[in-house]
Amino acid sequence: MSTKKTSIYDCHVKHGGKVVEFAGWYLPVEFSGLINEHNSVRNNVGIFDVSHMGEVTVKGDRAGEYVRNLVANDTNKLYDGKVLYTPMCYEHGGIVDDLLVYRVNEKEYLLVINAANIDKDFDWMKKQNKFGVELKNVSPDYFQLAVQGPNAKATVEKCFNIDLSDVKFFHFKNATLNGVNCIVSRTGYTGENGFEIYGPWNEGGKLWDALVAAGAVPCGLGCRDTLRLEAALMLYGNDITAETTPLEAGIDIFVKLESGNFIGRDALLKQKTEGLKRKLVGFTLEEKGIPRHDYLVVDSNDNTVGVVTSGTLSPTLGIPIGLAYINTDKLNDGSKLFVKIRTRNLPLKQMKTPFVKKY
Amino acid sequence: MNVKSDLFYTKDHEWVLINGDTATMGISDHAQGQLGDIVFVELPEVGKTVKIGDTLGVVESTKAVSDIFSAVEGTVTDVNTALTNTPDKVNSDPYGSWIVKMKFTKKNPELMDAKVYSEYLKEEHH
Repeated sequence: MSTKKTSIYDCHVKHGGKVVEFAGWYLPVEFSGLINEHNSVRNNVGIFDVSHMGEVTVKGDRAGEYVRNLVANDTNKLYDGKVLYTPMCYEHGGIVDDLLVYRVNEKEYLLVINAANIDKDFDWMKKQNKFGVELKNVSPDYFQLAVQGPNAKATVEKCFNIDLSDVKFFHFKNATLNGVNCIVSRTGYTGENGFEIYGPWNEGGKLWDALVAAGAVPCGLGCRDTLRLEAALMLYGNDITAETTPLEAGIDIFVKLESGNFIGRDALLKQKTEGLKRKLVGFTLEEKGIPRHDYLVVDSNDNTVGVVTSGTLSPTLGIPIGLAYINTDKLNDGSKLFVKIRTRNLPLKQMKTPFVKKY
Repeated sequence: MNVKSDLFYTKDHEWVLINGDTATMGISDHAQGQLGDIVFVELPEVGKTVKIGDTLGVVESTKAVSDIFSAVEGTVTDVNTALTNTPDKVNSDPYGSWIVKMKFTKKNPELMDAKVYSEYLKEEHH
């Protein structure tokens, strides 16, 4: 499969983006520098091209039933204009993907999924269709921009001369931005206030340019990762996979076992009853070093007791931060734990997540 | 892309200053640019002996880990400990930010001078 370009690609090049291949797409990893972009989002406003993300529409009389069966969170609580974050599980409780569910109306939902999972997810969704709904992979139809940071709202409002006060956290509305029909959603992946904007594929560049002219700092995938990790938001493929359950990942507040049946519920109920053998925990290091994906967690006898799923030097806090699956017996018995970084074992200290709490 | 004329370069983008039997090494402007914001430098111990191509240390940016490979065979005589607290100096002044000094017995025969390295960079970026 050849690497694809989003409709905003030329804008990235124009703004000096350092383009890399990611999940089959040419996307900017950084523009002015990761740390500068990271701080712009924390203190001002940044803009990300996330057009590579996938979108699937669910339409039909029984769309609500279909969605409730498909995902772990209680989609029956949704109303028109409301968004929900949820894991989508296999029968065995492992995670197919994590996604956002948008209720357009009673008979229409929009599901926003990870770029690397589009084909896998869509196949899975089709297989679960016992409800006669119409499923459509509309990923190629939508650009997606994320405008994030304390000044995101003011920037988008001023840029497009609209009022977004009525769009509360995890809500969305349709709006016309510079003549382009868009979905404006108060969601994000940075731990900041902000918006994700969806619209017709070819119009993305136009809105990107307008928002950058209005002061949004172009941001790449690099700081998208450090921002989401500071907020302890899950990265599929790292922190959550087909081999991990939402309970182990500590995202059980998005799993509603008591509110109707869904795929994976039995396995999750069983795991909840039996107790977790491992858990995803936040940590820092007590000595200088940077934890990274796949580094091992060991005890003082050098026995492997866990694995790092994400790690970085937090630009906001200036300390190493990471997430790791660690055996619960080792977490409970007060064992001294270490992250193995090349030849050294650096002492790990558990840390409450989110590491950075802003919004 | 800044390439300094009095230095030699490796294919992995280390720079080497040769002075008698002493080699001073760092990473090139190109290397720091590729890595992005450097936030951590791991130095070898003084006295460590290495062969050509052995790992001497590690430079980490927020997003990537990059080994520093030795351009010579010999013994580490000095390390730039100042970089431990100011790793970003490698970004702002890659040729002023030496990482290790070595007393060497042999050097990598594939070292490039500035002219050849400039060509090499162009080829890498076709």
